[in-house]
Amino acid sequence: MSGDVEDAYRAHWAYVLAATVRVTRDLDLAEECAQEAFAQALVVWPRDGLPQQPAAWLVTVAKRRAVDVLRREQTLRAKLPLLALPADDSDKSDISEKPDHRPDGSPDDRLRLVFTCCHPALARDAQVALTLRLVCGVATPDVARAFLVSEATMAARVTRAKKKIAAARIPFRVPRASELPERLDAVLSVVHLLYTSGHTAASGPELLRADLTGRAVHLARMLHRLMPDEPEAAGLLALVLLLDARKETRTGPDGRLLRLDEQDRTRWDRALIEEGRDLVLRALRYRGARPAGRYLLQAAIAALHAEAPSFAETDWRQIVELYDGLRAAWPSPVVDLNRAVALSMADGPEAALREVERLEGDPRLAGYHYLPAVKADLLDRLGRAAAADEAFRAALALTANEAEREYLHGRLSRHRPDA
Amino acid sequence: MTQYAILLFTPAPADPADLPPAELQAHFAHAEEAERLGGRIVAGYGLQPSTTATAVRGDTVTDGPFIEAKEVVAGFYILEARDLDHALEIARRNPATWRGGVEIRPLFEG
Repeated sequence: MSGDVEDAYRAHWAYVLAATVRVTRDLDLAEECAQEAFAQALVVWPRDGLPQQPAAWLVTVAKRRAVDVLRREQTLRAKLPLLALPADDSDKSDISEKPDHRPDGSPDDRLRLVFTCCHPALARDAQVALTLRLVCGVATPDVARAFLVSEATMAARVTRAKKKIAAARIPFRVPRASELPERLDAVLSVVHLLYTSGHTAASGPELLRADLTGRAVHLARMLHRLMPDEPEAAGLLALVLLLDARKETRTGPDGRLLRLDEQDRTRWDRALIEEGRDLVLRALRYRGARPAGRYLLQAAIAALHAEAPSFAETDWRQIVELYDGLRAAWPSPVVDLNRAVALSMADGPEAALREVERLEGDPRLAGYHYLPAVKADLLDRLGRAAAADEAFRAALALTANEAEREYLHGRLSRHRPDA
Repeated sequence: MTQYAILLFTPAPADPADLPPAELQAHFAHAEEAERLGGRIVAGYGLQPSTTATAVRGDTVTDGPFIEAKEVVAGFYILEARDLDHALEIARRNPATWRGGVEIRPLFEG
């Protein structure tokens, strides 16, 4: 693809598709028409020059193509189920010329597209696949490779989901205020999942996986721009930016995941950290009386880590408080365990050990090697070598990851110089 | 408007005689509730308990419901709604959700 068209594809695919869906009320046809518009751009732009408003140019071409097809195949298409466009705003079908603004104040069509793709009536894996395919414009074979499934499986997944959208009439609309928190959470979860799928890739096709984190950041930026008053959308964007800022230092030369205290902070991306922190501070202000949600709280924690000059000089007291909020917003034993780690830095290992011992009774953490690993570390810091060794061995028994095993093994007391 | 089957599932054997009085009352009021929310219940039926059901699979006839499960079909409605979100809004208020749940499935309009 030529540079201009490639840039336009990355920046405007969702916009062009969403605007075309309005005309076709059929996702497949809209995709076809949008793809053709980009194909046409490949021919026309190098010849006539880049249009002043590339997005509007593409929308016009795609819509014109859609109208042609609809006219020609009128009788054929009459039998197909149409995408449900809510009646209350179908009269506002004229899309504005600038991608980020609709002069009538009605929601951007890209938001409709995202909420349709992430509708709770679709399974999570279908939501993820549809979002990548329809909102990000990633080709199905690439989506399949990123999720380590066969192309046929992914194609079937996408087709099935599209059929359900049409047959069950999942509407092409942004949820009302009363439904929004729940529905927004589904959208943000999909974007977060995309990010973590790319982020935690320890194996597999690295490049495609890295691309997922880029897609997720792009989506998070779009959601925040389209819903600037949603603290959780701001929180998610801040969270992925702050994680991205540290991505170069997450693994050592041997490929092992490095803990926060081992990472070289001078290599963290300051510009991303600043942007993330500003987002957090602003969202904390404008959320008003609403309690902060899970993404904003996670982002706030990530911001404190990113800003700290060193592991020891981190504001652990405030991190513990943020974890208290996170526990209320999003109860999970993993959150409790992370809070215990922060507590050990704020109040010392004794207090944290009591928390960890309490968590040992939680069946949801059974088999989670991080729990005995944390406990071992606390016992070690308390000078209880024999008990620490026992916990390190328990953690070793629960992890198959070679690099992780090597690390745990190295911490057994017989390997320590002071033992 | 789209027509949806709302299949009601309640704990087996889904005997209408076991329906708590409040739940029964709510079923009677549900059609009106659907109208108030802009939908329409075209038809609604309750079923005898699943112990009265007979299943035919291939050429074998057996006693009991087609699928043995903790919850069984207790009845169904045909609901007309604008789209799935509208159908969900109404179905969420279905009294069957109190002790069991509902399945929302678009009718085939061939």
